[in-house]
Amino acid sequence: MSEQSTAQVETPARGLGVGISSILRNWSVPIFFLVISIAGIAAARLDINYLINEVVGRFGRNAFLVISLIIPVMAGLGLNFGIVIGAMAGQTALVIVTHYRIDGLAGFMLAAVISVPIAMMLGWLVGRTLNQAKGREMVTSMIMGFFANGIYQLVFLVLLGTLIPMKDPVLILGSGIGLRNTIDLIGLSYSLDRAMDWLWNGFVFTSIGATRLGPWRFPICTLLVIGILCVVTTFITRTKLGQEMRAVGQDMHIAQVAGINVDRTRIIATMMSTVLAAWGQLIFLQNIGTFNTYSSHEQVGMFSVAAILVGGATTRRATIWNAIVGTLLFHTLFVVSPLAGQRLFGVSQVGEYFRSFLAYGVIAVALALHAWQGRAGKSK
Amino acid sequence: MSDESKADVRQYVRNAYEQLGLPRLIIIIFLLSLFAVAVIMRMDLAILVKDSITRIGMNGILVLAMLPTLACGVGLNFGLPVGVIAGLVGAVTSMNWGLKGFAGFAAATAIAIPLAVIAGYLYAMLLERVQGQEMMVGTYVGFSLVSGMCMFWLLAPYRNPAMIFALGGKGLRTTITLDRTFGKVLNDFLGFSILDVYIPTGLLLFMGVFYVAIALFFKSKAGLAMRTVGSNPMYARSSGINVQGMRTLGVILSTVLAAIGILVYSQSYGFVQLYTAPLTAAFPAVASVLIGGASLRKATIGHALLGTVLFHTLLTIALPVTQTVLQGADISEIARMIMSNGMIIYALTRAERR
Repeated sequence: MSEQSTAQVETPARGLGVGISSILRNWSVPIFFLVISIAGIAAARLDINYLINEVVGRFGRNAFLVISLIIPVMAGLGLNFGIVIGAMAGQTALVIVTHYRIDGLAGFMLAAVISVPIAMMLGWLVGRTLNQAKGREMVTSMIMGFFANGIYQLVFLVLLGTLIPMKDPVLILGSGIGLRNTIDLIGLSYSLDRAMDWLWNGFVFTSIGATRLGPWRFPICTLLVIGILCVVTTFITRTKLGQEMRAVGQDMHIAQVAGINVDRTRIIATMMSTVLAAWGQLIFLQNIGTFNTYSSHEQVGMFSVAAILVGGATTRRATIWNAIVGTLLFHTLFVVSPLAGQRLFGVSQVGEYFRSFLAYGVIAVALALHAWQGRAGKSK
Repeated sequence: MSDESKADVRQYVRNAYEQLGLPRLIIIIFLLSLFAVAVIMRMDLAILVKDSITRIGMNGILVLAMLPTLACGVGLNFGLPVGVIAGLVGAVTSMNWGLKGFAGFAAATAIAIPLAVIAGYLYAMLLERVQGQEMMVGTYVGFSLVSGMCMFWLLAPYRNPAMIFALGGKGLRTTITLDRTFGKVLNDFLGFSILDVYIPTGLLLFMGVFYVAIALFFKSKAGLAMRTVGSNPMYARSSGINVQGMRTLGVILSTVLAAIGILVYSQSYGFVQLYTAPLTAAFPAVASVLIGGASLRKATIGHALLGTVLFHTLLTIALPVTQTVLQGADISEIARMIMSNGMIIYALTRAERR
């Protein structure tokens, strides 16, 4: 049954209309959002230089997290809303590093190292749980994010200072129990973004003819790290492990028959994603510079998932390009929509709500479309 | 005691344990220990009991709304906000007309129900096309509808000055008081006090009527057909039941119950909460029905009732008790998060093993 449907999908691509029609089919979602973005930019009459600077900054901040979603999709786990848990692991490492006052790039690297065992352990737990909920991985990973949030608050709001001894007037609340709501990351702020300032500070401010270019600031080192991640992710897909993940993602039963340890492969994919998400959250927070102890991680899953879906990914297929294009488009919309709302309705709040409507709506529509197509394919 | 009777007792205990299940046992023990702490700390039990009863009445119908979708095999209805929004539109419109008391409540219900039927029908059409992913799609349909409605609340043509933002004069307020309209109309209907405990008779009666009605529905021909669709769709189809029709009916029923449920909730709470407030409306209801013992395959009126009583009593007394014991630190919110989401994960990971 499924062979037939794949054959049907592929034939037109091999036919005459390879060029435009295949581009339209593969990239229809991003094109749609590109049109909305352009309309929004026009409506808000936005300064392009400001927009570019904002989007570049936001890209550096978020791309790593979005890319961390790719591996679980490949292994057939769908979109891993559980990256929230990885983000918590990153934040835990960050609390430790901030407590010992280790600043700069060294502090950032140390946080990255500390977060690995925490994220691996949590990822293993998530992977095991998801193996017991096959076919419902996405909803389970989402609820696990909420559940882990409860545990996180229990640890950092109640147990810290009571069961876990820690004295630090800067980090701990006045009562001696629990972390403060916001933690200032002065020592770590921009530690990765500007780590290569000795080479070039990434600042662009020139003009070509009459058009002004800049001021833009590129987070050079972060962009480099994201580039490395892209290469590594592509490399992983070509290794034996990557091939096994693909096989599991295609069909668990066939993979099992072929001698692949399905459950183990799925757990590894989840662990990788969780570790990457922990690092992604570290990158995110060093760019922001302050850290909302109890809420910085909450939106990570939703926004990353929305971004990769805007980039044209589905729950069963996601590429590096989906992640990159999606992050750029989603954050363009993110910058533009409040301003467009202000212009069009006179209330900037409308834009704020439109923004969350967009994030949720994209996910709803993408999931619905995919489930719909999946069923249409099966019933043929 | 002879060996035989010992074995009997053991068997009885084991049966009771299996009937109850581990999660419920833990929660009941936790609940009892909270009450024990309350007694030891000499807290005012009357207030705790009164608040618990009110909370149970407030949430009962929202929890009940979970049953139809579970029965017809659609799963946990994470799209509950679809119905909640219909209810809120009803409430706000009724208030805009300035209706008071029972008339206001009745008008709100009368507006909400047709809206919920339409919304529920559309929602059911969507769910029919995404079979297998209903829960995930439902969650995000609910989320996006709530955030889309935020724009509606802000821009909708409601003009009653009691409801719009005092400053700027544009858009509905985030929370609107029901003091002068239909706040507490059900709670105060035939209400009386016994041993310092106020019994909101009307609220409990209203909830009871719906529980009985749904129980009777499941005994009826249509109700049995719906359950057959849920437990064995192939068998249902071969015995001539309209499977899609039953699923649609289940989703619509759930949506309508959610709309009525939020109206009951709001009148008891005394405020209508708009904007992002309904975003998480589904989760306590989902957790309640699961705590009551429902699974993805089986859910009864008893599960909904027991779940509502256990979960909402727990939520009500956890806050004052923990605050008395641990000065300042608020564990109740954290406990709620861990318990309700833990329960949902438990249900999601166990469903296939039956």
